[in-house]
Amino acid sequence: MSADAETGRGDRGDRRSRILGDLRGTRNIGIAVTSTVVFFVVVAVVIANSAGWPEVRKAFFDRKLFGDSFPEVGHAFLLNIRIFCIAEALILVFALAIAVLRGLPGPVLFPFRLLAVLYTDLFRGIPTILVIYILGFGAPALQLSGVPNSPLFWGVTALVLVYSAYVAEVYRAGIESVHPSQEAAARSLGLSRAQTLRYVIVPQAVRRVIPPLLNDFIGLQKDSALVALIGPIEAFRQSQIDVAATFNYTPYMATALLFILLTIPLARLTDWLIARDRRRQSAGGAR
Amino acid sequence: MRLKPILLLGATALLALVASGCGGGSKKSAAPKSSGCSVDQLNLVHKGQLTVGTDNPAFPPWFGGTPPKGSTWKVSDPNSGQGFESAVAYAVAGKLGFKKGDVHWVVVPFEQSFKPGSKSFDFDINQISYTPARAKSVDFSDSYYDVNQALIGLKGTPITSAKTSADVKKYKLGVQIGTTSYAYVTKNIKPSQQPSVYNTSSDVNSGLKAHQIDGIVVDLPTAFYITAVQIPQATIVGQFPTVGTPEHFGMVLAKGNSLTSCVDKALASLKSAGTIAKIQQEWLSNKASAPVLK
Amino acid sequence: MRARATALKLEAVHKSFGSVEVLRGVDLEVGEHEVVCLIGASGSGKSTLLRCVNLLERIDAGRIFLHGEEITRRDVDVNAVRRRVGIVFQAFNLFPHMTVLRNVTLATSRVLHKPRAEAEAEATALLERFGLADKRAEYPDRLSGGQQQRVAIVRALAMQPELMLLDEVTSALDPELVAEVLNVIRELADGGMTMVIATHEMSFARDTANRVCFLDAGRILEQGPAEEIFTHPREPRTQQFLERIIAAGRL
Repeated sequence: MSADAETGRGDRGDRRSRILGDLRGTRNIGIAVTSTVVFFVVVAVVIANSAGWPEVRKAFFDRKLFGDSFPEVGHAFLLNIRIFCIAEALILVFALAIAVLRGLPGPVLFPFRLLAVLYTDLFRGIPTILVIYILGFGAPALQLSGVPNSPLFWGVTALVLVYSAYVAEVYRAGIESVHPSQEAAARSLGLSRAQTLRYVIVPQAVRRVIPPLLNDFIGLQKDSALVALIGPIEAFRQSQIDVAATFNYTPYMATALLFILLTIPLARLTDWLIARDRRRQSAGGAR
Repeated sequence: MRLKPILLLGATALLALVASGCGGGSKKSAAPKSSGCSVDQLNLVHKGQLTVGTDNPAFPPWFGGTPPKGSTWKVSDPNSGQGFESAVAYAVAGKLGFKKGDVHWVVVPFEQSFKPGSKSFDFDINQISYTPARAKSVDFSDSYYDVNQALIGLKGTPITSAKTSADVKKYKLGVQIGTTSYAYVTKNIKPSQQPSVYNTSSDVNSGLKAHQIDGIVVDLPTAFYITAVQIPQATIVGQFPTVGTPEHFGMVLAKGNSLTSCVDKALASLKSAGTIAKIQQEWLSNKASAPVLK
Repeated sequence: MRARATALKLEAVHKSFGSVEVLRGVDLEVGEHEVVCLIGASGSGKSTLLRCVNLLERIDAGRIFLHGEEITRRDVDVNAVRRRVGIVFQAFNLFPHMTVLRNVTLATSRVLHKPRAEAEAEATALLERFGLADKRAEYPDRLSGGQQQRVAIVRALAMQPELMLLDEVTSALDPELVAEVLNVIRELADGGMTMVIATHEMSFARDTANRVCFLDAGRILEQGPAEEIFTHPREPRTQQFLERIIAAGRL
């Protein structure tokens, strides 16, 4: 008796991409191609025939300005990359700590649970932009010795605080989705609570929450532009400067393109990670 | 059954085409280029009235007066005719043949002053500097004020002892987005640290108060207002010398608007009559008192 | 038979979940190398009893001793007790994100702190013994239910427990996979492993158990040698239960 038949998942072998859907047979492919072409041609024609198009094209799609601003904006984008790389690394750790804190059992640890709940409620509730303003202008104004007043530091801190609140909830959902019998199995082998979390619960939880986690990180990448509010010149701010200098919006398109270029590989990477995990666990041995 | 979605798509497409065709047909016909500048010949947003834009809040010394209760205007009231830009706007309006009551003010944030499509104002007066690049997207009137950039620092901080442009290089400077102050900083001061750029003038001020920046670069009249009212613990370190062509403020109009030449005519006659100089004397008189950072 | 040393002893164990009293004073003694089967209807408390012995559930009253040492005291090191008591669950509960080998070595390397090479060599030997050597690099999802349950048994055995608790380990299996698991358990019994087994497999219980305990409504109603319980049950409830089992064709 094969494992497939037993678990009732015989279709495992031909699981298809969600985007491509059920594209079997030339007929279906033909229909898909026709429908795609028709759709995009129509959209293009509608836009190109609109009354304001010549003006919009000049204001948003100026080839020369694009070429002029792209290197500048691209250089400033390095700052965005730095911002969210640092933030993401910190968030991954900090949010996990919050999620674990929230799941701690026992009445003695109630204050910690309460703190974790208050934290997530607070920072999910306040708009990111406000947290950046408050920390960016408020914290350094206190003039405490040893506390840095670099806007970059406070911008990243604000992003970490806000996004950790979201990511902690994602982690928590992941942890709670791991069946209690897994914990029982681990504890029954003599593993401590911490070991159980580390080797059994969290690895499974993280695998399950990779898609929503990545979703939050894409949001974070975009929100790295908010740090500009308190001074640093990142890609969005640089394009804003260029826009203000030329009264033409094309530099914004350059920035938009950069953000998209970064997001797409990340999204595909997640898809790949998920697929690899599924393959490893169900479609064959490792190594 | 399988083809149904395609048919539907086709139908939607057709509908959209027709709709867009209609839109194209009703396209606003270009305003006739008239050389005459009498009120009934002007190309206006609203017939018979002059619609003037500026940002809200409107700050002294460019605008003055206290907004009445319930007004959308904050800090200053452009309708008051007080403050340099408000006074200039009413003077120009008068020259064009409008009565004071025919002038209507609308809020126009900086970034909206140059957005494509129809404008909500006849002209926008908001300390906007002329540059050739900007003039490709909008019309600028001739100068109504020649600008000098100035430096503000907190009293007692090292930056306040700067005597020359070169002395300023080592400090962290802050500017407002959209101002030519940024261009002045990067082109002429060339500081060793990247300047901080903020969304609004209030944010720049917050940056200074939070010690995130050592100094603010801003046009001189605004510098006087900031140090007098907004950050009393700050002081004007000095004004920067003009480099190359003098920077000037111009009113912003829609590209190719026939009104531009009429506004220019009005400005020219106001200048030759000494009216602009008088208004400047009245609202921006303390200009001379700031030392020049050579 | 009564002469052997006591491996496990339960004294008046009570356990409630909310208002439902699942164990209502259970007394049980298991000798070393003895195999005790717990039989009884679903909900009679068999699983709870095993989970209490493993300290996965905290008992409300009574005491439990492991080789004479009370393990239900509040100050006892729970993890240390669990190292000595292996348990295998109905639903296998293998760790799906680990290979078979890692499943088996996790506790030996992390809890017993055995060097990796030693842990893996031992695990491999055990897997070989139970015919799973070729599956060591597979993930659990790729194995049949019978194979998974055998891995779960190996995982528990790797800790070299003094006592094994088996909680209806064949109930989730297709009938044709039951035998391979039962054979493993028989082998363990033959090897002298002390075991407490909750099961519905009556013929297995009759063949393997030194003693059979019939649980009814949270109490051990009747216990004795397998032959005696199955052929001459004294209690009417036991008789009823066995009649139903026979009617269902499971004995």
